[in-house]
Amino acid sequence: MAMTATADHVHADPHHIGRVIEHPGPAPKRIVTAYGFWIFLLSDIVMFSCFFAAYAVLSGQTAGGPRGSEIFEQRNVAIETVCLLLSSFTCGMASIAADVRNRFWFYLGMAVTCVLGLIFLAIEFREFADLVARGYGPSRSAFLTAFFSLVGCHGLHVSAGILWLLTMMAQVFAKGFRADILRRMMCFALFWHALDIIWVAVFSVVYLLGSAP
Amino acid sequence: MLGKLDWSAIPFDQPIPLVAGAVVLVAILCVLAWVVVKGHLPYLWREWITSVDHKRIGVMYILLASVMLLRGGSDAVMMRIQQAVAYQSQGYLPPEHYNQIFSAHGTIMIFFVAMPFVIGLMNLIVPLQLGVRDVAFPTLNSVGFWLTATGALLVNVSLVVGEFARTGWLAFPPLSELSYSPGVGVDYYAWSLQISGVGTLVAGINLVTTVLKLRTRGMNYLRMPMFCWTTLASNLLIVAAFPILTATLAMLLLDRYLGFHFFTNEAGGNVMMFMNLIWAWGHPEVYILVLPAFGIFSEVVSTFSGKALFGYRSMVLATMAICVISFMVWLHHFFTMGAGPDVNAIFGIASMIIAVPTGVKIYNWLFTMYGGRIRFATPMLWSVGFMVTFIIGGLTGVLVAVPPADFMLHNSMFLVAHFHNVIIGGVLFGAFAGFEYWFPKAFGFRLDERWGKAAFWFTFLGFYVTFMPLYIVGMLGMTRRMQHYDVAAWRPWMIIAAFGMAVLTIGVICQIMQLVVSIRDREALRDRTGDPWDGRSLEWATWSPPPVFNFAFNPDVRGEDAYWEMKAHARQQSFAHEEREYEDIEMPRNSPTGFVCAFFATIMGFALIWHIWWMVILGGIGAFATFVVFAWRDHDEYVIPAEEVARIDRVNIEERRSLVSMAGSV
Repeated sequence: MAMTATADHVHADPHHIGRVIEHPGPAPKRIVTAYGFWIFLLSDIVMFSCFFAAYAVLSGQTAGGPRGSEIFEQRNVAIETVCLLLSSFTCGMASIAADVRNRFWFYLGMAVTCVLGLIFLAIEFREFADLVARGYGPSRSAFLTAFFSLVGCHGLHVSAGILWLLTMMAQVFAKGFRADILRRMMCFALFWHALDIIWVAVFSVVYLLGSAP
Repeated sequence: MLGKLDWSAIPFDQPIPLVAGAVVLVAILCVLAWVVVKGHLPYLWREWITSVDHKRIGVMYILLASVMLLRGGSDAVMMRIQQAVAYQSQGYLPPEHYNQIFSAHGTIMIFFVAMPFVIGLMNLIVPLQLGVRDVAFPTLNSVGFWLTATGALLVNVSLVVGEFARTGWLAFPPLSELSYSPGVGVDYYAWSLQISGVGTLVAGINLVTTVLKLRTRGMNYLRMPMFCWTTLASNLLIVAAFPILTATLAMLLLDRYLGFHFFTNEAGGNVMMFMNLIWAWGHPEVYILVLPAFGIFSEVVSTFSGKALFGYRSMVLATMAICVISFMVWLHHFFTMGAGPDVNAIFGIASMIIAVPTGVKIYNWLFTMYGGRIRFATPMLWSVGFMVTFIIGGLTGVLVAVPPADFMLHNSMFLVAHFHNVIIGGVLFGAFAGFEYWFPKAFGFRLDERWGKAAFWFTFLGFYVTFMPLYIVGMLGMTRRMQHYDVAAWRPWMIIAAFGMAVLTIGVICQIMQLVVSIRDREALRDRTGDPWDGRSLEWATWSPPPVFNFAFNPDVRGEDAYWEMKAHARQQSFAHEEREYEDIEMPRNSPTGFVCAFFATIMGFALIWHIWWMVILGGIGAFATFVVFAWRDHDEYVIPAEEVARIDRVNIEERRSLVSMAGSV
């Protein structure tokens, strides 16, 4: 008896490092989905970091064109930022509503998120259109190339997010709060908040640092 | 209407791509006709094309890699012949064609041979080794595969419609910018890599999540088979590195399509930024490829030595060390490009340091063999061949990691010899070892050993005859990518290398013969135990080929070498059989999402390459619609009833018990 007990102990801890906590087995679906999506978000952030790096390298290369401080309008950027941060809050509200299966608050939260996102996009679009109209398009200089790409890449993500948001609302409308739809909702919320975090970095690196004369 | 596409895109004046394309097209049409006439199409659609089973997807990845290996290999043969004959003459390949060939060769071999081969093996084996029923995201897995296939398809389309890049496999700007490469070649290159890169990223996310979150009971991290560890490391690298490739190629495409100035000569663009970005992906990439191969060798060496892997924990540590350090050495790819001595010194030292964990691994394999009962089956031959070859490649690698030496050898044939030495000797030998080792698991019969051994010896010797001369001509000052040359001293070596290529080709033919012969003799080679090699990890605990649900019961793991323990335990208990209660098993339902998505990606990629904007929009809408339709379905799983599981399982248990007890009594 004693022999087997020792043998079992050796099995569990062949290198005598300490007590081994047995792995309980595969994680539930919700955890797996969210975990996978986190990893996707990390990879997305790596992609953004390349555009940030490019911006850092090229931000001084104005090639005789305008510098950041000459084209950034802080008032607009402030409104954009407020919209996006608020939308993160309303997205959070929608998530809570989904968790407690409250359709009204879910739709309301998502709708407000959508509107705020659209306002953000509209302001960004106007900023871009205005710059292009003044002859400061992305082909003007490497600085503008990097600026348009970085901010535009974030804008594209927000646009994709809004497409996803509308699909999510339609799904809840058609299918209700099914387990798989709740998992998707969770991923959407993670995505939306991640875009917020990236915007904070864009705001600081591009607009705040760039506004310095 | 059709953008830049018109009849001039078809190279009617160039017989080689035209004939090659025609042959491939005829072959594809013949296969398709055969499939349709024989009525296999519904079966293929149901069981393979729409399959979300990780084993099937793994097999399809490997099939894709094998086909593309033939394509990339043909490019290699053409280049070796060209360099053998093009002494003081133009040879038979005009420069613009030769440039496309070496660019396509590199692109294909890395992205569409090595990558799908290792991802295929990981897909096939890792869930089995972890003792689970599928990967974390089965449908995404299918999407990933089909997007990779899309990339491969686009590269091959460039053979007959338009042209491929003439820029080398990494398309360095400013050469790859619109002003110097106005054709569609670079666009083919960039879009096929963008699309297949998304596929690879998806595969990476999937496998990381699978290893970290889906392990059977008791499968603690330090009980995972080595292959799972290297899979984890490799896929972590995919997740961290492939987005860099995506971003870099996106920048290049923005330059080309919209007149941006990331890497242009004018308006402040910065070419060195491309070098840094592309190699920040490119160096981890070589470890993405070779780490799974290291895992395969660990499994093979341990199994065929009949011993547990020596220094398991040091192996884990070495794997993860390589995973981290591989991100800190990228600059050694361009020591000569003006970084200055301090930076070069740091990256030179980091590059040499990475040889340390690799050396640890080599010693661990040697000590695993030491004192073991070694069986030299084909997978083991590949492994031993790898150790010998890889050490040479590793040593020349450390040599070029020394910046002053690199200044002499940069862009020379020495470098070409070095990376073929590690990629063929490491990745390809590993892929072949894994192919031979796990083939019985995937298909239920072993491969013919005689042809397998012949394939090994021809490939092994052919490799040396081909690539050792390249080291020498590199020392003699020959630079890479030369369409012709006038130096008499290089000539004999180029002829020897071409001869070596012929030997390598015989190796490939032997491998094809091995498949043919094995399929013909499959009844005699049938693996009835599910454990043909006396294996140690859980993939051998189920039968060959495994049922769709892999395991009737998710196994309980109590230590390293889980299946070895189970076998020992079973012998002790003299096979006392406890009947267990079978349960219903839920499996993911097959889905055409991946295939349809790739279909639209192909349309979109082709349209983008040729500037057919309406088609781009159509493809985009199609892809989005596919996702919505997928998201809308109500039943994503089906149930295999317990009686069915029991029926399948009992047959196997009986067969296995009779065989194991026979073996045990001898």
